[in-house]
Amino acid sequence: MSGATFSTQTLLQLSYLVAAALFIVGLKRMSSPLTAVSGVRWAGVGMLLATVVTLAFMGASPENLALVIGAVVVGGALAWVSGKRVAMTNMPQMIALYNGMGGGAAAAIAAVELYRGDAPNATHLTIALIGGFIGSVSFSGSLIAFGKLQGLITRSVRFGGQKVVNLAILIATLVLGASIVVAAHDSLQMVSAFFVMALLLGIAMTLPIGGADMPVVISLYNALTGLAVGFEGFVLDNAAMIIAGTVVGAAGTLLTQLMAKAMNRSLGNVLFANFGESGSSGTGGVTGTQKAIEAADAGVMLAFSQKVIVVPGYGMAVAQAQHKVWELCQLLIEHGVQVRFAIHPVAGRMPGHMNVLLAEAGVPYELIADLDEINAEFETADVALIIGANDVVNPDARNNRQSPIYGMPILNADKAKNVVVIKRGQGQGFSGIDNALFVLDQTRMLYGDAQGAAGQLIQAVKAAG
Amino acid sequence: MIDGVIALYIFMLAAFTGYEVISRVPVILHTPLMSGSNFVHGIVLVGAMVALASADSTLARVIGVAGVFLAAGNAVGGYVVTERMLQMFVKAGRRKSESA
Repeated sequence: MSGATFSTQTLLQLSYLVAAALFIVGLKRMSSPLTAVSGVRWAGVGMLLATVVTLAFMGASPENLALVIGAVVVGGALAWVSGKRVAMTNMPQMIALYNGMGGGAAAAIAAVELYRGDAPNATHLTIALIGGFIGSVSFSGSLIAFGKLQGLITRSVRFGGQKVVNLAILIATLVLGASIVVAAHDSLQMVSAFFVMALLLGIAMTLPIGGADMPVVISLYNALTGLAVGFEGFVLDNAAMIIAGTVVGAAGTLLTQLMAKAMNRSLGNVLFANFGESGSSGTGGVTGTQKAIEAADAGVMLAFSQKVIVVPGYGMAVAQAQHKVWELCQLLIEHGVQVRFAIHPVAGRMPGHMNVLLAEAGVPYELIADLDEINAEFETADVALIIGANDVVNPDARNNRQSPIYGMPILNADKAKNVVVIKRGQGQGFSGIDNALFVLDQTRMLYGDAQGAAGQLIQAVKAAG
Repeated sequence: MIDGVIALYIFMLAAFTGYEVISRVPVILHTPLMSGSNFVHGIVLVGAMVALASADSTLARVIGVAGVFLAAGNAVGGYVVTERMLQMFVKAGRRKSESA
């Protein structure tokens, strides 16, 4: 039994190994609806194990240990409360916020290592810098994304020569980083300047990006945080961080690609060719007037339909209307109407956002169809009921080569016999593009917020018998 | 110290694993999965704790505390929102089987 006395170091490493395995199993289970909840719990057990073992054996001085515990308790408690309280509709920005915090933590690790200034070699130093750079960009960029989705930052800041400015910031950051490594200029000022520039870059990169592209951006920053964590894992010799960070980096990159593909946009397009630039000229193709309808008439139309396809969008999320909408649909189903929900891959602010909300309201899976399943069915539908969706049903994406969203796969709501659009006002959608669907002959607009309008429709359907 | 080449092997295998784990995920789980992977990189918490534990100057302590605070937020917040989101799928599934 000579080998039975494990050093604490071995114990730490073994707990990290187990944690890494639990993360991978957890992520795997999270990719199927049936096992998803158990997946996050497995990953949670891994996290708890790694944290507790680290806390017990990291060998901190009493003062430092008190600081660690204090920061964990305060940060954890704030996140716990905010995470429990946030409405389902605001999930995307909370993910952005928590992700930014992770990026910031990776940057902080790099900063502690760099300020100490005793890196054993240039490789070590370079990896710390790269991780710090990526983490900083992810931190400030995610905070801007959070601000935009939360409505704290209402407009996309764009100006001439913006790309040049961003490129200049990037080059400045890289030059600073390189001189820190090559010329060993690891003074406080140099390192600080490096981080300031990296943080600026994240802000400057994210400010011009329109809200419609935010899901892709958040996903990208999620992947970047993963990478930053992986790099800092190398710096700290921490296998759990290397594995978990890299797994998330790769998975996040794939997820970002899937999202960009669903919007028919390349990642470069999202980051460097802003929607709004061409969007202002995208108004050209749409002529005609929107025709309003009263809720009472729309209710009768729905009640006497055979088949209704509901297309929810961000407007439903903003108004928290998912419960009312499902109530309306249940009423229609009692009337013998065939009801289905059509979910565009990027409806809402994130892929799957609508599915989460409909699941919350209790809509059964089998009524929910994705784009490929449902698109042929619009031709047989009596009514396509659009609830706060805009770009994802814009036929210009199919027909108008001038449109900035030309080529994006859309739900063919315009093929339905009648279209009823619930919309707050006559203005443009989030991307600032006019919608050709709204002025079609068979389209009627029901103005109002989604929750109120759904309530009125419920009354109208009841009144219709 | 993890040897340089070994580290590269870990990096490569982990990258393939991440790609493979996600590659067949249905669209409805994209947001929860992004949230779940967001939680997983909350492991940065252990690194931040180690960095703060080894801090030997006021500056290092200030940055270290900020790092641990942010990392704890990432880990705890990421877990809470992911679990809440996934719970809804469970609830929806249960209601479905009850009505069936």
